[in-house]
Amino acid sequence: MNTEAQGAAAPMLDQPADRGGRAQPMLIAQGLKRYFPIRGGLLNRRVAEVKAVDDVSFTVLKGETLGVVGESGCGKSTLARLLMHLLVMDAGSLIFDGDPVGTEQGLSLRDLRRNLQMVFQDSYSSLNPRLPIEESIAYSPRVHGMERGQAKRIARELLQRVGLRPEYFGGRYPHELSGGQKQRVNIARALALNPRMLILDEAVSALDKSVEAQVLNLLGELKREFNLTYMFISHDLHVVQYISDRVMVMYLGQVVEFGPVDTIYAQPRHPYTAALLECRLVVDPAGRIDTPPLVGDPPNPINPPSGCRFRTRCPHAETVCERTVPALGAWNGNTAAHLVACHMAHPGSGHSRAAPAPVVH
Amino acid sequence: MSGALVEAPPAADARAQGVPAREAEPATRVRGYWGNVWQRLRYDYATLFFLFVILLIVASAVFAPLLSPFDPNKASMAHRLKPLFYHDNILGTDEQGRDILSRILYGGRTSLLMGIVPVVAATFVGGLFGVVAGYAGGRLNTIIMRSMDVFFAFPSVLLAVAISGSLGGGMVNQLITLTVVLTPPLCRVAETSASQIRSMDFVDAARASGASTVSILLHHVLVNVVSPVLVYASTLVSASILLASGLSFLGLGVSPPTPDWGLMLSTLREAIYVRPIVCAMPGVAILLTSIAFNLVSDGLRQAMDVKA
Repeated sequence: MNTEAQGAAAPMLDQPADRGGRAQPMLIAQGLKRYFPIRGGLLNRRVAEVKAVDDVSFTVLKGETLGVVGESGCGKSTLARLLMHLLVMDAGSLIFDGDPVGTEQGLSLRDLRRNLQMVFQDSYSSLNPRLPIEESIAYSPRVHGMERGQAKRIARELLQRVGLRPEYFGGRYPHELSGGQKQRVNIARALALNPRMLILDEAVSALDKSVEAQVLNLLGELKREFNLTYMFISHDLHVVQYISDRVMVMYLGQVVEFGPVDTIYAQPRHPYTAALLECRLVVDPAGRIDTPPLVGDPPNPINPPSGCRFRTRCPHAETVCERTVPALGAWNGNTAAHLVACHMAHPGSGHSRAAPAPVVH
Repeated sequence: MSGALVEAPPAADARAQGVPAREAEPATRVRGYWGNVWQRLRYDYATLFFLFVILLIVASAVFAPLLSPFDPNKASMAHRLKPLFYHDNILGTDEQGRDILSRILYGGRTSLLMGIVPVVAATFVGGLFGVVAGYAGGRLNTIIMRSMDVFFAFPSVLLAVAISGSLGGGMVNQLITLTVVLTPPLCRVAETSASQIRSMDFVDAARASGASTVSILLHHVLVNVVSPVLVYASTLVSASILLASGLSFLGLGVSPPTPDWGLMLSTLREAIYVRPIVCAMPGVAILLTSIAFNLVSDGLRQAMDVKA
């Protein structure tokens, strides 16, 4: 297909400049917290809180795809909304490409949103039912001061780019599109500001497998073409393995394991990660498992277990797990590339499976 | 970076589009939401018919001076309470010998004014408060909606009588009264749909793109709130006419010489045993108007119920 026929490519907004250089991580999140209050009683007092995201720290490197996995309700989506500042964080800080976000010297929220965009999970509710899809896409450039006609041309080019012919789809309404088409529109909308990083919150989870594969391939192409960094949130471990460079495993609002995708998939150090990986379906019938690797529901995040939050479902739980919270740290003196929050991986933690404490001279 | 948008590899589900690739300037189908609504209304003959009836009623009120056979205020002691088709008085005469048809035509001016103006005013006021309350949520929502609940607590007629009673009679006061009575329900409808919209992801997407609250309200919330509010408002037109007639009937609306359907009913009721059919004529006008508005609003609701 030739877009030349429709005139020269419309100039998009310039992609925000790379300020920190290649070695500077794209995003550094430190100690993010978000507790949702539960109100009740006579005076609507705060009686409890759901610790949806509880002290989460991580980095996203430039040009990588960071996969975020975990069961439903582990705080993945809340984390995404915190990063987008759609929810106010109770504590924590963000550094985007070397600039602290929301401080006076740092990056303003508006600038952050030029750099960081999000593709939402629910393709049904993420498009305005009363706007033709090209208007939905053109909206964000217009918010940033682009003139209407040009914003529309960009919208059409993006539609073309995500595989929807603008002359047939541009004027359509969301209810006239299929789920996969809607998700393509969502991706086009997120790209309309020419951001440097995309958060993909379960972006392909609601699609059927063949469409999912197409959208994943599209995401791969777009990443190269637009020089993007992805944070890919999903509960589908196969997809995460396919698309990610590094993986972050979350459980009950906390990070339990973090590292390169190959290491984590080949050699999970946290029993939760191991159990999750065992839950994957295998093609080989000989590899079938009879006992579920993980039973029960995650504990209530209003009242999480003391110590290690996974201990109530962990086959290796001991008293140390009850008493002390395992820190997210490198295991066995290995490099800091692979972090895990489990007593078994930390020498000298007091767990019977942990290595003895290294002798300090 | 900017030139990178050309040469899309054809994606697989783009295959389904199945149309030759090259074309001149694309012919986008531009039939907006309202175009779709009209497309549906076009084939809804019942609604169209009653729309026509409304237009007739409005036209008859507007052109009352041209259509009326007599001066609506000219009394005649010799021709009091005459039956239908009495000489030129097609609908008879009232207790002062005034021509009923002329009075109904002129009375339509007051009654339609009472039906439409308060509803429009209440749509703006209630819609504004409702959208703000629904979108803001939290404390502001509580303050606005609980204030509306105070008005809700009274039966609407009682509320209208109370306000009208304290403001005094007269047309302007009657319009104010009706607006106040109609605002809370419209506010509630707007609030409900605005708070639903607020929780949708596309609002978050707009926020994530850095849009201001005002821009989000205008581009994303209002377009979605407008159709339920409009449909509900159209049902209120007939309610407003009836309420206004009720107020006039109780002597709290326009003052006697002015022709008004409610007022006419009120004064004619004493003659109900003498000329029952003639006395019912203003009621027939009210009935016809409110039925027409109700049925049109029903059709409008169906036409606007476009799949989201």
